[in-house]
Amino acid sequence: MISLAGRDILHSWGKFVFTGFGLGLLIGVTLVMAGVYRGMVDDGKVLLDNSGADLWVVQKDTLGPYAESSSINDDLYRSILALPGVTHASNVTYLTMQVRMDERDVRSMVVGIVPGESWGAPGWPPYLVAGRQITRGHYEAVADVATGFKLGDILTIRRNRYTVVGLTRRMVSSSGDPMVFIPLKDAQEAQFLKDNDAIWQSRRRTEVNPAFNRPGVPGLLDAINASQASSNSVNAVLVRIAPSAVPDEVAESIRRWKRMTVYTRAQMEEILIGKLIATSSKQIGMFLVILAIVSAAIVAFIIYTLTMDKIREIAVLKLIGTRNRTIAAMIMQQALALGVIGFAVGKITATYAAPLFPKYVLLMPQDSIVGFFAVLVICALASVIAIRMALKVDPAEAIGG
Amino acid sequence: MSGKGIRINGLRKRYGEGDTAVDALKSVDMQVAPGEVVGLVGPSGSGKSTLLKCLGAVIAPTAGEMVLGDEVIYDDGWRVRDLRALRRDKIGFVFQAPYLIPFLDVTDNVALLPMLAGVPNGEARKHALDLLTALDVQHRARAVPSQLSGGEQQRVAIARGLVNRPPVILADEPTAPLDSERAMAVIRILNEMAQEYETAIIVVTHDEKIIPTFKRVYHIRDGVTHEEAGEGKGFE
Repeated sequence: MISLAGRDILHSWGKFVFTGFGLGLLIGVTLVMAGVYRGMVDDGKVLLDNSGADLWVVQKDTLGPYAESSSINDDLYRSILALPGVTHASNVTYLTMQVRMDERDVRSMVVGIVPGESWGAPGWPPYLVAGRQITRGHYEAVADVATGFKLGDILTIRRNRYTVVGLTRRMVSSSGDPMVFIPLKDAQEAQFLKDNDAIWQSRRRTEVNPAFNRPGVPGLLDAINASQASSNSVNAVLVRIAPSAVPDEVAESIRRWKRMTVYTRAQMEEILIGKLIATSSKQIGMFLVILAIVSAAIVAFIIYTLTMDKIREIAVLKLIGTRNRTIAAMIMQQALALGVIGFAVGKITATYAAPLFPKYVLLMPQDSIVGFFAVLVICALASVIAIRMALKVDPAEAIGG
Repeated sequence: MSGKGIRINGLRKRYGEGDTAVDALKSVDMQVAPGEVVGLVGPSGSGKSTLLKCLGAVIAPTAGEMVLGDEVIYDDGWRVRDLRALRRDKIGFVFQAPYLIPFLDVTDNVALLPMLAGVPNGEARKHALDLLTALDVQHRARAVPSQLSGGEQQRVAIARGLVNRPPVILADEPTAPLDSERAMAVIRILNEMAQEYETAIIVVTHDEKIIPTFKRVYHIRDGVTHEEAGEGKGFE
């Protein structure tokens, strides 16, 4: 038996290809939307992977340092290092801000790390694609290539200028902002230090306060001013544990003895993916559902129209003895063919369009496979209306009168 | 009558019920022998189309008897379970407009019926080509319907009606869209094919030019048929 659907498609291939192309663009948008969600999840996982930490020690009762603000003393890491099972403990700060270079600025996550530590310390960029790691205590930076900065560029963060000495790749925040690493002291200053006017105001108020400016106590006022102008806070301590240590046990030890909140990798992943990007994922999920409904409606409409154009032929086919299932198969095969054409166009479009998006779009093969079968199911369901209409056609319509 | 042909006795068809009931066919008696071409003529609303639909097993008569070949297909109820197969295997249709499938070429338009009946594609196409040769349209075998003239399309439609060698062919105004010359050519072909394939052909027509070509003509008026001898001109 010949394929009626195939012959019809070959006969009016232009109509099918152009319709499939239009549908394909819609499917391409759907695939990109799925890719945006995957990219957000991947950004979150990459952030955790690249931090090189097994545990995150943060301010008590906070979800820091990524989902909430967290502030802890920068000398806490020493006592954590002394606990059994801990091999590395590093201070780190995170601050999302606009980093300027000349006339342009780039939304970035500025990460403060301790320079001079051994290669691969927690918080450091795990690898570079150009240049070197930060070795000096001030005014050097390592930037992700997504910032567009190059080696030797001079960046402005707050009131200081930094020279880009290294470039790294895929170092992004959970919201996809590329990272710029600077020395910890500079980062603390950038995050916690007040501006000159604020410092002046603060000193003036301290000076007029008799409790801080007592006669006969020389040096008290200077000491208080100095403490107000300096920062000794960080956002978190990243902890790496020995291979033999159990993360939950070490975390419990820190919680008990240091009275801090500690997250393991699994808990931090849950915070990032389950809480931080949960709303965004729901938003994207809603878009995916809407796009699926719109695609189904379009396929249904197209197949219905194509079938309406063939009502007379269908009546003739039924009159001359064609089985209902042959006619139904013809319509469904055309809907599926339209889906296949649309998916091919959509996949190609998404593949070429994904790198053009400002945020990371991760097109995963399993999403494409699921998407392909979803398109086929949608097309099959969408053809049901046209099939019902075709099966209701009276063969007597082929006979005049 | 031999084993083929069609016989109809006291066929009736009523639409609706009660006060609104309409008797479209009140009493139809017909008999067409194998190899015979008869005309069925009548004014609009006389019941031609209803009769054609009953004969084509598209709608069920209300009462009466229809015998196709040796088989009683209707006797106050269908005696055949699969009407679709009956239409496919035992009844050929030729319409006023050819109604060829636009996305199939000429060969496959004709070969489709045997293919639907389960005949292998190659065999069905060979049989179709033989018929197209007999109807002198074999040179357009690979063309699609839109590339054919009206006369060629009608000949292909006749080939489609004949391809399963049905005992009866119902032709619904097959010459309506054609000029006189082509109309006569179509009637000549129908006569030749009826003889060659021993098929009974009923031609529904309004065409005054071709009515004299029939040896027998059934007139239908108000749902009742009357047989008359025709002139049988031109195809003796």
